[in-house]
Amino acid sequence: MTALLSVSGITKNYGAYVGCADVSFDLYPGEVMGIVGESGSGKSTLLNCLAGHLTPDRGEVVFDTRADGPKDTVTLSEPERRMLSRTDWAFVHQHARDGLRMGVSAGGNVGERLMAVGERHYGNIRDKATDWLERVEIDATRVDDRPTTFSGGMQQRLQIARNLVTGPRLVFMDEPTGGLDVSVQARLLDLLRGLVRDMGLSAIIVTHDLAVVRLLADRLMVMKSGRVVEAGLTDQVLDDPQHAYSQLLVSSVLQV
Amino acid sequence: MTDQAYNFAYLDEQTKRMIRRAILKGLAIPGYQVPFASREMPMPYGWGTGGVQVSAAILTPEDTFKVIDQGADDTTNAVSIRTFFERTAGVETTTTTADASVIQTRHRIPEDPLSAGQILVYQVPIPEPLRFLEPRESETRKMHSLEEYGLMHVKLYEDISRHGHIATAYAYPVKVEGRYVMDPSPIPKFDNPKLDGMEAIQLFGAGREQRIYALPPYTHVVSLDFEDHPFEASKADHPCGMCGAEDSYLDEVIMDDAGGRMFVCSDTDYCEARQAAGHRGKDAA
Repeated sequence: MTALLSVSGITKNYGAYVGCADVSFDLYPGEVMGIVGESGSGKSTLLNCLAGHLTPDRGEVVFDTRADGPKDTVTLSEPERRMLSRTDWAFVHQHARDGLRMGVSAGGNVGERLMAVGERHYGNIRDKATDWLERVEIDATRVDDRPTTFSGGMQQRLQIARNLVTGPRLVFMDEPTGGLDVSVQARLLDLLRGLVRDMGLSAIIVTHDLAVVRLLADRLMVMKSGRVVEAGLTDQVLDDPQHAYSQLLVSSVLQV
Repeated sequence: MTDQAYNFAYLDEQTKRMIRRAILKGLAIPGYQVPFASREMPMPYGWGTGGVQVSAAILTPEDTFKVIDQGADDTTNAVSIRTFFERTAGVETTTTTADASVIQTRHRIPEDPLSAGQILVYQVPIPEPLRFLEPRESETRKMHSLEEYGLMHVKLYEDISRHGHIATAYAYPVKVEGRYVMDPSPIPKFDNPKLDGMEAIQLFGAGREQRIYALPPYTHVVSLDFEDHPFEASKADHPCGMCGAEDSYLDEVIMDDAGGRMFVCSDTDYCEARQAAGHRGKDAA
């Protein structure tokens, strides 16, 4: 089996500061990779490099495209990369406001990606938008309401619907549960887990919340100071951390 | 200061050359917004400074000039711009569409079909059709260059979801030659079909926003729509009260406090020509 995403030697420096250094991994179809670490450890820098929002200084991000097979997205032309990011890729921002158009109705938000890839039938767009709202547990009657009238959890679910409507194969998530209260978090995680399993999605989830990766991720990378200090199966890393920093991270979780 | 103190058509020759270069580039890439160094004009922004600069750059002493404002030749904007060029360029002016070689317009396309050899100059307030959806200029430029126009349909989608039909009635976005999405300036969508395949040259000038764009003759222009909500060139469903025309765009005029109203052609030249030819509407005196 070819890897869906094959990352090798990704390095990004901000002047003298290290963003992330020499990160390599393979992600296979249907696999969910978690990236954990403290604030400033380079998780988000890495994610943005992978998703094409930042250009890494060194390294390759080879994505197995539907049409042309494996291609390095770092050297891909901008139109091709933007095309990827609205078809095969999805990006779920930590703050729903960054990923939604707040002045456009929920239906329009979900429909945007469909229209961006050429759908021109209003009825079909609306049916799909309504269907997706229901799949993320938003009442279909809210389809014409603006996201400003939604709660934080609903906004986050709307953002997920908007991203998944074109059936992407790879989802990047940056702290998808950040800023939500725990019961809403639990529902969102449940929903995400269902969607990932049903659609056979591959995902890369950046978070500092170990519970999130325990639930969602198959594999885990622990980052510190821009470097991957430990990687392995999620349960293995969380239950038997080897690196001193991983041990610290796992032991820092409060038990209620 | 005498009128002779001005160069022909107010602008200096260097400025005209700069504007002409922008116009030529615009004609070469139909629908593409060409930046230009817009000058201060002796009128406020929003009064047609873009259109005036384009007109000044293309006028020759032999031209016959017509100005229309919302279809009318006799409103403030039209009169003041016409007088401006009478004084600074000394060109012939007219109100008859067919006699004019250069027509500067605000918010309308004349009802009479324009022919080869004529130039239609539009005054444009906001040249960027994506502006109200995407406020970043850097982003809209990228969207134009990469032909990412899904967002334009989001606007139409919002219209239908809110009003049940595409409620955008003016400045209705069009696609030029299958490439650039363009704002046709705030003309009613009734006029949109006239953009397509027009024999005359169409130039668009936005003074405050410093953009010029153009449609060369016989350019293919399509109004955006959905398959199940096709574009419709709508107008008030009445005949003109003065000339009885059924096919022209109408203004609604409130007559009294008791709900009395009449509909008249917004194109005054068209209406007057029809009345002179003996056509009468129900409200004609």
